[in-house]
Formats: sequence, C-alpha cells, structure tokens
Amino acid sequence: MHETMTVSKVRGILTNLVKMIVVLFLVTFGITVLVRLLPGDPVSTLLPFGSPEQLDALRAELGLDKNVFQYYFSWLGDFVRGDFGTYYSTTADGGTPVSSMIAQTLPRTLLLMLYTTFVSLAFSIPLGILLAYRAQTRLDKTVSNVLFGLSSIPNFAIGLALAYLLGVKLDLLNPVGYIPISEGLGEHIKSMIMPVISLSLGTIATFTRLLRVDTISTLKEDFVTMASSKGLSNRWILWRHVFRPSSLTLLTSAALTMASLIGGAVVIESVFALNGFGMFLAMSIAVRQYLAIQSLVALVAIAFILFNLIVDVFYAVIDPRVRNHRGA
Amino acid sequence: MNTSTSAARSKSNEERKTIRAERLKLLRRNKAFLVGAVILGFWIFIAAFGSFIAPHAYDAMDFMAVSKKPSSRYLFGTNKLGQDVFSRVLAGTQLIVWMSFTATALGTIVGGSLGLAAGYFKGWFDIILMRILEAISAIPVLIVALLAIAALDGQSSSITVGVIGFVFAPNIARTVRAAVLSEAELEYVAAARLRAERTPHILFKEILPNVLPPIIVEFTVRLGYAIFAIATLSFLGAGVETGSPNWGSQISENWAYIFSNIWWPTLFPAAAIASLAVSVNLISDGLLEVFEV
Repeated sequence: MHETMTVSKVRGILTNLVKMIVVLFLVTFGITVLVRLLPGDPVSTLLPFGSPEQLDALRAELGLDKNVFQYYFSWLGDFVRGDFGTYYSTTADGGTPVSSMIAQTLPRTLLLMLYTTFVSLAFSIPLGILLAYRAQTRLDKTVSNVLFGLSSIPNFAIGLALAYLLGVKLDLLNPVGYIPISEGLGEHIKSMIMPVISLSLGTIATFTRLLRVDTISTLKEDFVTMASSKGLSNRWILWRHVFRPSSLTLLTSAALTMASLIGGAVVIESVFALNGFGMFLAMSIAVRQYLAIQSLVALVAIAFILFNLIVDVFYAVIDPRVRNHRGA
Repeated sequence: MNTSTSAARSKSNEERKTIRAERLKLLRRNKAFLVGAVILGFWIFIAAFGSFIAPHAYDAMDFMAVSKKPSSRYLFGTNKLGQDVFSRVLAGTQLIVWMSFTATALGTIVGGSLGLAAGYFKGWFDIILMRILEAISAIPVLIVALLAIAALDGQSSSITVGVIGFVFAPNIARTVRAAVLSEAELEYVAAARLRAERTPHILFKEILPNVLPPIIVEFTVRLGYAIFAIATLSFLGAGVETGSPNWGSQISENWAYIFSNIWWPTLFPAAAIASLAVSVNLISDGLLEVFEV
C-alpha cells in the first residue's frame, strides 16, 4: 500500500488540489455576485427599525458601499481569519456571530451525515455483493426492483410516510426535533431514526446498484476463476479478492453523497425540525443574511472539495491495475 | 463494452441506420423501457387533457366539504380548503410535466453545446469552462437553486425552469465533453477538417450524431432529477406562485394534517411524484441497457 503512493500520484493529487482551489475562488466569487444581485435593500430588511445612522453603519459594515471586488476581498479576508460575519437580528444586541450558529447547527448535520453513510454502507455492501453473486436469480431481480422503486421516491415523501406510519399509526416515534447526545443516547438515537431512514433508503439503492454492477464484472475476471480453482471458499474469495477492486465507484459515490448532505439535507432537516446546517443556510437565503450566506456556501464548497480530495487519495491507494482497468 | 460502441461509430450512414434499427428493436423488447414509456405516456396524456377530465376547478373551494375522505363525489377527497384533491393532482401534472421537460431540455441544449465546444476546442477554453462548471456543481443543486431563485426574485415557474436548466448544464456538459474528446480523435473528424468544413458543421453535423446516445441517456437521467428538484423546491415554497397546484406545494400545504389522520391530500400528490419519477428512471434504465454507454 505504501509503495503505491508514487511521485506521479502525489503530483496528480496536487494538481487536483490546485484546480480545486481555483474552483473554490470561483464558487465564492460567484456567490458574491449572486448575493449582490439579491433584490431589495438588505439593510432595511436586516434592521427594519434602525435609524438612518445605524443603517449607514451597517451598510459600511457589510461592505455594500464598495464595489463587488472590494466587497469580495474584504469578506474573504475575514473568512480566512475565521470571522464568518454576523447573523443580524432585530434584538437589542444586533445579532449573533455566524460562527456560533454554525457551532450549533453543523454538528447535527454532521451526525446525520455520518449515521446516514454508515447505515447506507452497512446495508448496501452485503446486499450488493449478495445480488452480484446471485445475479439474474429471482432474489436479485426482486430486490433490485424494490430498490429501484425506493430510489424513485423523493426523500421528503419517504420522510412524511415514515412520520405518518411510525409517528401516527404505530405511535412509536415522535417527530419532535433534534435531541443532543448529552440528553441521553437513547433519546438522541430515537430523534435521528426517521431522518436517517428517509435519507438512507435512496442511497442504499444507489450504492447497492453500483456495487452490484462492479462486482459482477469483477467476478468475470481471471484472478477470481484462479482463486476458486485453488479451492478457496466462496466467502473468502468474495471478501478478500472481489470486494476491494469492486468498491471504487461505491466509495466515490459515498464520498460525494456525504459532501452533498452538508447543505443538501435541508428538506429532511426541515421535515423533522432538526435545525441543522442546511436549514440554517436556507433560512439565511430566505431572510437575506448576506454574510451568513457567503460564509456558509464557502464552507459547503470546502466540504465538497475535501471529499473530492479523499476520493483522489482512495484512487491512488487502491490497486493501480484496477484503476486503469476501470478507466478512472 | 467500449469496443462494440467504438466499432459502432464507424461512420457510414448505412451502418448508422442499421444500428439505429437494431437499437429500436432492442428497445421494443426492453421491459423496463416499455413499462416506463407506458406510465410516462399516461402522465403526458393527463398533462394534455387533464383539464377536460377534472370534475372540479382545481382552485374551487367547497366549504360544505372540507377535508372530506375520498368518495364518489371527490375521488381523492378534499383538502382543508374544500378543494378537490383529484382535480388538483390533474392540474399539477401539467405544471410538473412542462416544467421538468423544459428545464431538462434547456440544460441539455446549453450543457450539450458547451460540452461539444469544450471537447472539440480543448485548450484554455476547455480549462476555464470546466473550472466554472465544477464551481457550480460544488454546491448542492438545491442550494444553488434557492439562491438563484432568491436573487432573481423569482416566485414563478418559468424562473424555476431556467434556474434548474442552468444548474443541470454542468453535468450534461461533462458527459458530452467526455464523449466528444474520444470522438474528436477519430478519422472522420480529421477528414471533415481536410475537406475544410466549417467548425459548426463539424460540431453539429459530424460529431453530434455520434455522441447522441450518451446525450439521450443523460437527458432522461436529468429529467428524473428535474422532477425531484421541482417537487422539492415547491415543497420548500421556492419558485412557485402562491396557491399553485404544484404537487410539491400540495404536499407542503397539507402534510401537517397527516397527524390528524387526513392523509389523502398528501398521499395522492406524493404517489403521483413517485410514479412519474419511476417511469422516467425506468426509461433511462432501458436506454442505458440498449445503448451500452
């Protein structure tokens, strides 16, 4: 594994890193342009009862008296120093630092993302391999069709169906919002079950499908025939020889799914009143919180880029023959 | 897999025709494609003629029949305003069908043209364009759409269509670019260049027909996502006119009532979304199998 990290691979990863930093600048600048396009006077929305002096002060603080470029670089300067701006409100103190609201909302979303990924992989890995091993049997066809149907239902519809079935009909769980671990692990898990299932069903379907297809093509390779002619047990062959070379697409997809849940889980967060990061971002957009929007979107983009880098490293570490073979 | 397709891309028109005929034959035998096509056909029919079938106006309120269970008078029941859920689902069909098709078509045309150009010209144009497209796809579609709709002050379906088309363009561009990159190396393109054909001719008349299969598959895949995106945005109340019978809006207006056991104004539009999405996914699945892209 260590020898496989050759100079050319490191160089490839570095090239991608540079590309991604360029992308990061483009994202944040693009968002600046969009934010500046937002209609209406943001200052009077943020401080509806402010005096003209207060409004002018806020305008200066937001940088609205400057042009787009000056505005962008002053935001960027603050952002890299860890100052994510203020979330303005009409209360006496004038607002809350965006960073403290992130500290409140992001952990929930990260937990939601971790649980969802864990549950999805825990189901799809054995299922994908099993279906590939039993390809074209009745079991394969039935399960594949059910998964296909599930992946075609929007996750908010699954969430509502769960809330109705588990919450109303069976009276097992209450969609009451987020309960932190500190208030009891059991209650915490209970509060996350429905959101995690809603998000997982679709990803289980996608992951299983990807792994099934790749495993079927791996099973046709010579080294598998070789291993089974050596008399190795099927279970050993599947896990030791087949799973790893078949897992590339799955891992890529898993990493990208994780990235997309930061900010992209907004609907499930709002159905189950989790008050997560996605809801915070959607709320900031709805009420025109300039600085919050900029900083949150930048964080989303950074997360996306990090997960892409992880994928790159995966690809570099996994057997090069597989990589070339799959044309990745 | 790839060898058969690149052989299939040897360029005589005759060969192209036989390949097309063969693919059609395969499609007609493909169960997934057929089932999907029948369901989608049903929804397109409803979109076209739903207003003739609807027993009530979608926004007519009957205050004598509020939140009534499904019955012979109100097939799918009524919502809290006494509106006929059946007629509203029919009216919503037209909205989602035209919105998703137009948005995907827009994304395919814009993304396809960009991808063609990027794959053909390569160089700086390609590098810069790809970075911009990556920047757009670095943020979840939903967030970009919410922002763009807010920025354009767009509580209207046509702005939503434009925004979704724009957000989808990068993915389509990437698919087309990849197909064009391998295509542009082939002899027929060099031959066309030697004949001093003009660039638009080479791009659209020579290369485009040969990269159509991945474009068609990508179109159907994106169409499925567009249905999801439109349903989700309208569920969040973004980019729709108030009182619109959009399926997603119907769900968001009525779902709180499922806790008092009034499930019908939520269930029927939700089932409609799911079946429409299933049909499109079945079609793209069938196409994928036949085209082997």
